[in-house]
Amino acid sequence: MAAAARFFIRGAHSKLSISGVGTGAHSSFGVTLLKLSPNCSSRTKSQRRHAAHFTYQPDPVPTQYGPTQKMNLFQSVTSALDNTLASDPTAVIFGEDVAFGGVFRCTVGLRDKYGKDRVFNTPLCEQGIVGFGIGVAVAGATAIAEIQFADYIYPAFDQIVNEAAKYRYRSGNLFDCGNLTIRAPWGCVGHGSLYHSQSPEAFFAHCPGIKVVVPRGPVQAKGLLLACIEDKNPCIFFEPKILYRAAVEQVPVEAYTIPLSQAEVLQEGSDVTLVAWGTQVHVMREVATMAQEKLGVSCELIDLQTILPWDTETVCKEECFLNLEAPIARVCGYDTPFPHIFEPFYIPDKWKCFDAIKKMINY
Amino acid sequence: MAAVRSSMNKLYGLCFHHAAGLKAPRLLQNRAFRVGAVHHQQPFDSSLEKPQFPGASAEFVDHLEFIQPNVISGIPVYRVMDRQGNIINPSQDPQLSKETVLNFYQKMTLLNTMDRILYESQRQGRISFYMTNYGEEGTHIGSAAALDPNDLVFGQYREAGVLMYRGFPLDLFMAQCYANADDLGKGRQMPVHYGSKDLNFVTISSPLATQIPQAAGAAYAVKRENINRAVICYFGEGAASEGDAHAGFNFSATLECPLIFFCRNNGYAISTPTNEQYRGDGIAARGPGYGMLSIRVDGNDVFAVYNATKEARRRAVAENQPFLIEAMTYRIGHHSTSDDSSAYRSVDEVNYWDKQDHPISRLRHYMTTRGWWSEDDERSWRKQSRKTVMEAFERAEKRQKPNPELLFSDVYEEMTPALNKQKEALSRHVQQYKEHYPLDLFDKYLP
Repeated sequence: MAAAARFFIRGAHSKLSISGVGTGAHSSFGVTLLKLSPNCSSRTKSQRRHAAHFTYQPDPVPTQYGPTQKMNLFQSVTSALDNTLASDPTAVIFGEDVAFGGVFRCTVGLRDKYGKDRVFNTPLCEQGIVGFGIGVAVAGATAIAEIQFADYIYPAFDQIVNEAAKYRYRSGNLFDCGNLTIRAPWGCVGHGSLYHSQSPEAFFAHCPGIKVVVPRGPVQAKGLLLACIEDKNPCIFFEPKILYRAAVEQVPVEAYTIPLSQAEVLQEGSDVTLVAWGTQVHVMREVATMAQEKLGVSCELIDLQTILPWDTETVCKEECFLNLEAPIARVCGYDTPFPHIFEPFYIPDKWKCFDAIKKMINY
Repeated sequence: MAAVRSSMNKLYGLCFHHAAGLKAPRLLQNRAFRVGAVHHQQPFDSSLEKPQFPGASAEFVDHLEFIQPNVISGIPVYRVMDRQGNIINPSQDPQLSKETVLNFYQKMTLLNTMDRILYESQRQGRISFYMTNYGEEGTHIGSAAALDPNDLVFGQYREAGVLMYRGFPLDLFMAQCYANADDLGKGRQMPVHYGSKDLNFVTISSPLATQIPQAAGAAYAVKRENINRAVICYFGEGAASEGDAHAGFNFSATLECPLIFFCRNNGYAISTPTNEQYRGDGIAARGPGYGMLSIRVDGNDVFAVYNATKEARRRAVAENQPFLIEAMTYRIGHHSTSDDSSAYRSVDEVNYWDKQDHPISRLRHYMTTRGWWSEDDERSWRKQSRKTVMEAFERAEKRQKPNPELLFSDVYEEMTPALNKQKEALSRHVQQYKEHYPLDLFDKYLP
């Protein structure tokens, strides 16, 4: 919710600078208060919030999927959903607050375009949202369920793990909920703290029967989301919320899919393999450059994309690592809940990753 | 891009109106309330004395009084027959044909016979587990008969009579319980976890109440198809305590789903009696809390169950709203073969229901009164039904178990590389250690 509020305040500024718009008189109460208080300058160094811990690296413009348009991540999600609702008359999108466009604007315009029976709010109940979604899918329609933050997916854990994942197997393939896709904003955002920053893919990573996918940017997001929707298995699609506005690319306007369970080698390298997904891919891109420049180390960078079932072939080559010159390093958060003010210390930033490589080559 | 930007502006406009409520124009602050299935927007007018809150439509009251939940004389129990099977109010007799009523009776008794034999087969170690339906046959047959064969059924685990009424053969009941190679479920689940795509009966799962919000979703999809189709969702009074039940009720009401919730209130959730399960007036009293039309019926009166379900189905489809039927009954048997209910209830209590208020005997009296069923009919039917059950039982006993390869399929729609590797690994392993695996019971597995 903090993220949504942040966009709101930024929006207030842009609102005031556009003259002649009817709502110009309704300035944000908070903005007025800040301006009146002499000690509150948003430019004070001590109060300036940390810049993002990564620089977004856009993908090259895809040429094989037709005309493209500049889109950020949430717009690429809207585009995927738009394509789906247009081509699949059974498709419905539902969850908390999706009707007005969603707290991250992923469903803006869709209710007006496709109707209130296809894009609708549900009561505030995640176990209900996923259970309902399973039922829609079992009845043969395409169900796209939104969980407002990945941090709130746990009430639906039973429905996901005990029901959705096992529907086909336990019925001997008489019934399945392959038409279900669950979407949720995911990952750190700078100020999300315990309950707006979580990356819960690990809880689902050992649950046979579902697929878990995390894109690194708009082009990937649209293609992977469409692949999840098309896939005949229940899928969970985690969208890195910090990239919703920060990640901008030229994204194909028409529908296209990117294969699931195929990791992508973004950069070839000969000394060290870096594996990441979501936002962290961009951190690792910088780390690879730093390693080359400062250490002369050549890094291979792999974006895993699908966490389950994951592409063991690309990452491991064999069943396991037969010949490593150093132990595998995992650079991640600490064994604590995700903290608020300590986020810059908590996250696996480029310096920690760089240092891990340095230790590794000196092993 | 322009389209996105203008919709972004529209979005901010909306946010402003909600946040800066003091200056927002009145027109946008509408109060919505529901009359029947229609939404009304009432203009906001503070000159009226009536409350203007968006959250509730009511009058003001100036004295402090808590609403008393009424559990002493709660929601009345609708019935058509008395405990002896006599029609009380002739206008309520559904006047079904002799053929139909005989079919009701035969399905209930066939279920009872199958239950006795399969319960016994578990005690003898032939199957691993079983759950009987004793005392609740009326809830199954009465409701199933009131539905269309195309209506989708979501069950809990004590609704085998619904499947039996729809024509699920004894061989397939047995195949599932024995987990043999004929099992439609491919041997993956414990006994009584039946399912049938042809008969529109969604495969049972063990976690309780998970089917309730699923039924709401299925009903929503069915509504969008705009065909004459309903969904029914069965559950017990214990499962109704789960959060999923609350979710399912609320979703089906807010999203206007053509759905019948059918609660079998049989007095116990394993050993937990109803006074430890809830403190209000049962499950029917919760319906109005969700804005749902609700009724309580005598679950041991097959005609009462039939009438209520028939009317609920008609209206659910016609009006796109859910109905809640609470069928009061009694679980005469143990919870399952893993339970001995003498540990928590008296034999006298069980005997009362078995002897004085049983759906099968009440219907039999109705039939004998009309000269539709004699002692001879009863004797020969018992012999015949027992014979057909025993024959199916013997066939199921002899049948091989499914191929162990089926351990690996249907996890996903497609086989994954990892699963293929595991499948091959098991095959190699069993080839090498074959004497330690019960291969002779299974369909041919090794080359």
